[in-house]
Amino acid sequence: MNQVRIRFFASIKEALKTDYLELELPQALHTMQDLRVHLAARSSLWAEVLGPNKQIRVAQNHEMVPMDTRIEAGAEIAFFPPVTGG
Amino acid sequence: MKIIIQTEDFDVSTELHLLRKDLPGIGGINIFVGTVRDVHQGDVVAAMELEHYPGMTEKSLQDIVEQAKKRWDVLNATIIHRVGKLYPTDQIVLVAVASTHRGDAYSACEFIMDYLKTAAPFWKKETTPDGSRWVDARTSDEERLKKWQ
Repeated sequence: MNQVRIRFFASIKEALKTDYLELELPQALHTMQDLRVHLAARSSLWAEVLGPNKQIRVAQNHEMVPMDTRIEAGAEIAFFPPVTGG
Repeated sequence: MKIIIQTEDFDVSTELHLLRKDLPGIGGINIFVGTVRDVHQGDVVAAMELEHYPGMTEKSLQDIVEQAKKRWDVLNATIIHRVGKLYPTDQIVLVAVASTHRGDAYSACEFIMDYLKTAAPFWKKETTPDGSRWVDARTSDEERLKKWQ
């Protein structure tokens, strides 16, 4: 049992019309990249928005991490485009 | 150290006063203020909406300041970043760094801004005559980080 919370921000949130979802992680999912591919399989829209050609950043528990990072139990994960503050 | 995300405007003079208060060892303060431009990529910008990731934003800014403190003599620092709806000429961000000498204040302030631009989870959406659009990250911002590596 590994339930994760997933948040989306900015253009990704807008395109998916989703800002938050909870997911029971299938056993085969280990990394952020696995999760990205899993989410992309939800529909053609999700495949387009989360596709491999898209510049996407991922954070785990409020810290930006590489896409090959292992998912921690109960993590809060966030997908978002490169940041543009300042 | 003061790190705040807010919708309201800020007053640089007030923040400067608070930054210096009770710290007679300060010999120099460097201040950066980012503002909303009225033109971006050739298009007139009527307004801008700034979104952020509450919780992560504060943590990432805290981390950036901690890194700066390890590299330079930072006696105090203030970061205020606004979110929500902003208009041309509005202030967006304040980074103020107080140090014993100016060299450290300059470098630490620039370092904080460069990392804020690439690591703090803020996103700008601007309104132009053609509609709204998300601002793309600039590769030049990533390039600037090499200076600190």
